[in-house]
Amino acid sequence: MRRDALPLRLEARATPSAAMVWLTPVLAVGLTLLSGFALFAALGFDPVRVLYGFFVEPVASKRGITELVVKATPLATIAIGLAVAVRANVWNIGAEGQLLMGALTGGGLALVFHGEEGPWLLPAMLVAGMLGGMAWAAIPAFLRTRFNASEILTSLMLVYVGRLLLGFLLNGPLRDPEGFNFPESRLFNPEAMLPMMVPGTRMHLGAVFALLVVGGGWLLLARTFIGFQIKVVGLTPAAAAYAGFNEKRVVWFTLLLSGALAGLAGVMEVAGPIGQITPYISPGYGFTAIIVAFLGRLHPVGILLAALLMALSYLGGDAVQITLGLPQAMTGVFQGMLLFFLLGCDVLVRYRIRRRRAPAQPQPQTAPVTVP
Amino acid sequence: MIAVFDSLAPILAAMITAATPLLLAALGEVVTEKSGVLNLGVEGMMLVGAVSGFAVTVTTGSHAMGILMAACAGVVMALIFAFLTLTLLANQVATGLALTLFGTGLSALIGQGFVGTPIPRLPELNLPGLSDLPFIGPILFSHDALVYLGLAMVGAVSWFLYDTRAGLVLRAIGESHEAAHAIGFSVLGIRYLAVMFGGAMAGLAGAYLSLAYTPMWAENMSSGRGWIALALVVFATWKPGRLLLGAWLFGFVSIAELHVQGLGLRVPSQFLSMLPYLATIFVLVLISRDATRIRLNAPACLGKVFHPDA
Amino acid sequence: MNRRTFHKTLAGLAGAAAVLALTAGGTSHASAADKLKVGFVYVGPISDHGYSYQHDLGRQAVVKEFGDKVETTFVENVPEGADAERVVEQLASSGHKLIFTTSFGFMNPTLKVAQRHPEVFFEHATGYKRSANLATYAARFYEGRTVVGLIAGKLTKSNIIGYVASHPIPEVISGINAFTLALREVNPKAEVRVIWVNSWYDPGKEAAAAKALIDQGADVILQHTDSPAPVQAAEERGLWSVGQSSDMTRFGPKSHLTAIVDDWSGYYTARVKAVMDGTWKSQDTWGGFKDKMLYLAPYNPAIPKDVVALAETARQNIIEGKRHPFQGPIKDQSGKEILAQGKTLTDEQILKMDYYVEGVQGQIPR
Repeated sequence: MRRDALPLRLEARATPSAAMVWLTPVLAVGLTLLSGFALFAALGFDPVRVLYGFFVEPVASKRGITELVVKATPLATIAIGLAVAVRANVWNIGAEGQLLMGALTGGGLALVFHGEEGPWLLPAMLVAGMLGGMAWAAIPAFLRTRFNASEILTSLMLVYVGRLLLGFLLNGPLRDPEGFNFPESRLFNPEAMLPMMVPGTRMHLGAVFALLVVGGGWLLLARTFIGFQIKVVGLTPAAAAYAGFNEKRVVWFTLLLSGALAGLAGVMEVAGPIGQITPYISPGYGFTAIIVAFLGRLHPVGILLAALLMALSYLGGDAVQITLGLPQAMTGVFQGMLLFFLLGCDVLVRYRIRRRRAPAQPQPQTAPVTVP
Repeated sequence: MIAVFDSLAPILAAMITAATPLLLAALGEVVTEKSGVLNLGVEGMMLVGAVSGFAVTVTTGSHAMGILMAACAGVVMALIFAFLTLTLLANQVATGLALTLFGTGLSALIGQGFVGTPIPRLPELNLPGLSDLPFIGPILFSHDALVYLGLAMVGAVSWFLYDTRAGLVLRAIGESHEAAHAIGFSVLGIRYLAVMFGGAMAGLAGAYLSLAYTPMWAENMSSGRGWIALALVVFATWKPGRLLLGAWLFGFVSIAELHVQGLGLRVPSQFLSMLPYLATIFVLVLISRDATRIRLNAPACLGKVFHPDA
Repeated sequence: MNRRTFHKTLAGLAGAAAVLALTAGGTSHASAADKLKVGFVYVGPISDHGYSYQHDLGRQAVVKEFGDKVETTFVENVPEGADAERVVEQLASSGHKLIFTTSFGFMNPTLKVAQRHPEVFFEHATGYKRSANLATYAARFYEGRTVVGLIAGKLTKSNIIGYVASHPIPEVISGINAFTLALREVNPKAEVRVIWVNSWYDPGKEAAAAKALIDQGADVILQHTDSPAPVQAAEERGLWSVGQSSDMTRFGPKSHLTAIVDDWSGYYTARVKAVMDGTWKSQDTWGGFKDKMLYLAPYNPAIPKDVVALAETARQNIIEGKRHPFQGPIKDQSGKEILAQGKTLTDEQILKMDYYVEGVQGQIPR
């Protein structure tokens, strides 16, 4: 499939198109709606109702919007950390494990002090959660800086180890003594839980923390020296070494940071919507956050929007099952399609489509904006 | 301890079958990554391959057709990925993850009519004489065609990558696509082929699961094997020979821990189940200590977008 | 893909969609006021042909029984964490008056929603928390294990039984124990070896576990996991197996002795009727053979007649209350007697069981 055989070609823009940054998601959603329309109609469902149920209905009520925020909170929190790490070419695939560890340490604190809570407990839990996530991320950091072991593999393997560890603890020391020996912990007392921001809903203070994390992430990358180092180490390690930036320190920093954020997301889940430690704390937030990070183009604001969109797609998936009886498998297909269109349309930000006239002339190459 | 030794032959035999889906999928991914493309959608491709192979076998009664169709299904999935990432220059990591989401849902959808349908297992090839050898007979000579295919592919992929010109070109593209393009190689064309190969292999891995390992279809039946395969590619530093070792290591520890549980050792099952993952980390650390080795094997352009015309 | 396969797949897709469109939500306009909306929350896919599938059969029985008077909705593959509460809440807020949440992990989410919606009735399976509008229900699966234990005890030649278990929760442990007690009643030399696969549904791992047990000499394979993989593994080696949650004969025609099948249709239709009659009350229902909440799949014809007779007698005795799966004397693994002759374990003791009885090898993961 030689490029110049096609009638169209992609021509790099001199600078990424600002207009397209906003237009491409709209275009992508439009394409998704069109193909979704065709798909659902072909399978015998009312396409308008399905699409409405997917995108509009979940947020058509106050409760719906708060649920959207509740679902997006851990996604955004983790994705910021992942994005910072990826900028330094550090691939923390194991955020899911760090989330579980944070839930264990933070939630564990709530269990240890069950009945003796004070105003200090909740902040302590959040800190403990971050420390737990950091500790779990420190393992891949250590193995990479000391032994050159790829953090992709080590952090991923540790996810499974973390899950099994959680299962072990819940069948033993963490088990609710009055819980008929079922593998769940005690319910946390209200003092050990995040306060609700909107009464009658589940929207908890974690949403504020997520926003702070988004803002902090932006600040870190745009305005701090370490942020600058992160970016240089990621883009041109040779230049970074020449400039005296310590790559190992950047690896540690980014892994610990993303571990802390994943741990924070974990403790916010157990101290928020769940209210106890169970074996099912996360339906894969650590992995979904990777998608969110890249959908958001590794930019904090983009990540915020991407988290909301991904959350919406999950909410929509449940909603259409309930209101229209759409099979659950179809929501996975639809989500995949949405992502395909979003990712595909992204090309228009950095390239424009041109008709090919003469054979391609050698032209000065602008460095393609790569997102590793 | 004697009991464990008695079990050694069955453990080794089971290890080889358990390692096969990992091996097949990872070999495909090695080729893909060696050409510079990172396809995280292995799990999705495996599932679509599994359900397609199963569905075709149920309707045609032929395992061979099922296996063939599974590979084709994997190729189709891979083509979606290739089009998005190679032609439309989309981000490879996110697209691969989206492919997994899509493939998981699609396979569940297709498979709905086929759950609860039993089929005969892909038959074992009993090589006369060889299969009856004590100890090594059951371990090496009583497996089905896909197991042997996996083992053969280790050699084939290794030969292709390191002993053929085409393999050299592919590796060159993975190391420096700009230079390769300047020389005149079709970067995109070869990457498309590499990605398709990866898809076919992932599809075969899925077919092994649904036709041989546990002849049935169940949603999500790959249970994360695609992710393990991806990790094994890194573990193997992109070398097929080491990939075989990694797949066997993981398979061996996974099976052994089950045996240990059955023997009633007083170690909590969760810790035993952690062993395959810990073992993989441990061995990776051992072999990674030499920094140069990693650098020499990771394709330099892995994951980077290639756009030939400015 | 050839045309036949293509058409079959397309037909399968369309069929699935049609069935689901018909049986679920559908178009509800003005007549919705008369219909009772009943919601079902499943932890797995109904296509698992196991646990969630059996719950859905119960739902279909409700539809069949009440026809136009009822409108059912189901949501499958609901994760047991924070998402569950959202789903249950959505059902409660969209006019459903009776909601069944069918897995233990839905307990606290269901309770929270129940507290917010006193006008809706909730039913939670295999849990232990109740409230004025939240009832619990479960099946005494261990009764089935007792009967199966007698059969296994008579048929095993190696005296080693392999047990593929999911998670070390009391429900699974009481099943293992009930089985072992009956097993050793007819065969004191037999022992049970347990492998925990830490998952309810993972065909590959279940098959590997079954094969490991077989390699260690087991000739009857039991399972408390939901896929037919262990039955398949046993079939291949010419050994016995017992299915779980649904009839798995298809996967092991020669090997499948019987299966312990859940049957929720009676309970579901009764509860729907109670809501319609206005007689619904919160209660705890733990039904066994007698209440028809579980039954045994047809016995394998290869089982000798006297063994079938033994099993059937036991089953009848359980129904009539003459036999209790946990009747003394019971010794724990160390040989210490924990229940004296003539006594039986209480429901609460069974519900929280967390020890092995004598005859089970190994240790509960803790």
